[in-house]
Amino acid sequence: MASKSTRLTAFADHLDGVAATLPRQDLGWLQELRAAARDRYAAAGLPTPRLESWKFTNLNRLPRVGFTAAALAEAPAVDSVPVGAAIAAEGAVVVLVNGRFRADLSNLADLPKGATVLGIADALETQDGLLETHLDRIAGESDASLAALNTAQLADGVYLHLAEGVTLERPLHVISIGAARGEPVAFHPRLLLIAEPGSHGCILESHVGAGDGAYFTNTVVEASVGEGAVLQHYKLQNDHPAAWHTATTGVELAARAVYDSFVLQIGGHMARNEIIARILGSHAECHLNGTYLLRGKQHADNTTLIDHAAPESTSREVYKGVVDDQARGVFQGKILVRRNAQKTDGHQVNKTLLLSRGAEIDSKPELEIYADDVKCGHGATAGELDEDALFYLQARGIDPETARGLLIEAFIGETIDEILRPTMRNALRDIVAGWLTDGRHDGATGNTGVGT
Amino acid sequence: MTSLLDIKNLRAGIGGKEILKGLDLTIGAGEVHAIMGPNGTGKSTLSYVLAGREGYEVTSGDILYKGKNLLDLEPNERACDGIFLAFQYPVEIPGVAGTTFLKAALNAVRKHRGEDELDAMQFLKHVRGKAKELGVGDEMLKRAVNVGFSGGEKKRNEVLQMAVLEPSLAILDETDSGLDIDALKVVADGVNAMRSPDRSMLIITHYQRLLGYIEPDHVHVLANGRIVASGGKELAQELEASGYAQYTNADAA
Repeated sequence: MASKSTRLTAFADHLDGVAATLPRQDLGWLQELRAAARDRYAAAGLPTPRLESWKFTNLNRLPRVGFTAAALAEAPAVDSVPVGAAIAAEGAVVVLVNGRFRADLSNLADLPKGATVLGIADALETQDGLLETHLDRIAGESDASLAALNTAQLADGVYLHLAEGVTLERPLHVISIGAARGEPVAFHPRLLLIAEPGSHGCILESHVGAGDGAYFTNTVVEASVGEGAVLQHYKLQNDHPAAWHTATTGVELAARAVYDSFVLQIGGHMARNEIIARILGSHAECHLNGTYLLRGKQHADNTTLIDHAAPESTSREVYKGVVDDQARGVFQGKILVRRNAQKTDGHQVNKTLLLSRGAEIDSKPELEIYADDVKCGHGATAGELDEDALFYLQARGIDPETARGLLIEAFIGETIDEILRPTMRNALRDIVAGWLTDGRHDGATGNTGVGT
Repeated sequence: MTSLLDIKNLRAGIGGKEILKGLDLTIGAGEVHAIMGPNGTGKSTLSYVLAGREGYEVTSGDILYKGKNLLDLEPNERACDGIFLAFQYPVEIPGVAGTTFLKAALNAVRKHRGEDELDAMQFLKHVRGKAKELGVGDEMLKRAVNVGFSGGEKKRNEVLQMAVLEPSLAILDETDSGLDIDALKVVADGVNAMRSPDRSMLIITHYQRLLGYIEPDHVHVLANGRIVASGGKELAQELEASGYAQYTNADAA
């Protein structure tokens, strides 16, 4: 176990080192934001398993990897997006390499009037008023030390603004590339998504790796979904097998807002995706769905909080995963219904298929309800593939691998079907199918672990 | 001519408990055999052993199918080679569309036979005619396999799969259970339409009722894990009148 001092001092040298490189040090509010975040991080340090919300995911080994701040490392030569690793989608593309906006790899043509997409560093030049209003307002929880670590060195990322009533027909695709050459690097992308009242938009995040070494990506996303606005937000975490991925997403929903989220975790060595959605208006709809497909010794954590702070809103949450070999999944889902949030309708489901004896899932559903007229429920299951179904399929001539694949795709399909955007369902199904195919290739070379 | 299926002195069971205790059975090409017997005598065990279900252990004896040792083959290899088990309790598979399932099955079998795999359009064309005869509409085809189906729908679906996969040996395990008289007739008509010199059938049933619709060439009585009597179709009618007691008692004595 890392000593207390390691935990508290981890990445402190990064903060010292990058301080002089940060953009817009002339903005007083921004420097204050960074300094306050630095104080919060210094007080809390990296999260430890002693914290209730970090019970199942241990970052003690993270400081020992020996990361260098990407801003101080040699700039990686990335001149294209890794083929096939990201979500397949049409529309505008924003590429970040080690957290830095790369205009040369991005394509922001065809954005409708009223839709603004910029790198955060550029946005700080021209949109600093809106940034001052929103940055760190949503994700700046005092106990979120990873978010504080991000804010303390806030430099670049993606800014999306949809003006009132504007519709973004095609998705905006943020591709965050981690690229390390030998030396492990750490970077902290920032996404600020503002959907003004009545606007409609779809944002995709693909997190992929391009280099051959370990990296630590610590993203913070803040999303404000205004009255009657619709924000679809679909994320693929397909990082390099040696990567550490943490992400904190804070979302605010105003009255009648719809936030539709899906997180597909298949990559990385250790990944944690945390979503905090606060429902601040009535008749809002919040959908948090996701899937984790893990093998080898991967660890992936999905932690969510849906905070019903207004009456008569709805939340739906379906997370389903498949865990093989010695991999470990974590699901922590909390629904908080505050005293005034009467007529809340909240439902949460977490189901996991364990494909081998060494696989593990820790599932912690949690309802905390202070209102007395609500409809809330949750369910969590973990199990193996249905032997009867497997035999039935094989008794019709279907080979065992294909039979397992059909059952796994069907299992995961139930959560993918929750996605509001039909084209995205197909794109994610293809990724699931690809994951299954990869597993078969591993099997052929003897890399797959024990069966039952 | 050589037999399609030749079972010799088969001993098998599950969980260390022997259920089949020296069973002999020979089925020739194109023949329809019925196995009757009281509950718990090993009728379903026989069907699962033939289909290759995991957990059923064969302790001694041989099963030759098309001249090969059937026990060497995995369940899917047996199915590709023409063995079809119509399940007593067809399994519900949520999330897998009937068409997806049946197309995967048909293409696996076709591939094994050296035939071209069918694409979605060719497949639907191939299946629709057969489905219509069995009262299986497009809507039922597309639904998740057996999920929410009535007893009759499940059995019709089994016979449809059989019609699509065109097996050499169809094993019908209690196919009449849970069917009303109309559904029984539809299912029986479907099975009868498939009778052919190239196709053998093994009908496993407790009651004579089904055999009034699907007339067997041979009838066997299974009691206490062995075939204790064999005869023509008239044997089924005798059993209906006299019951199984004479066989079970005789065996116990």
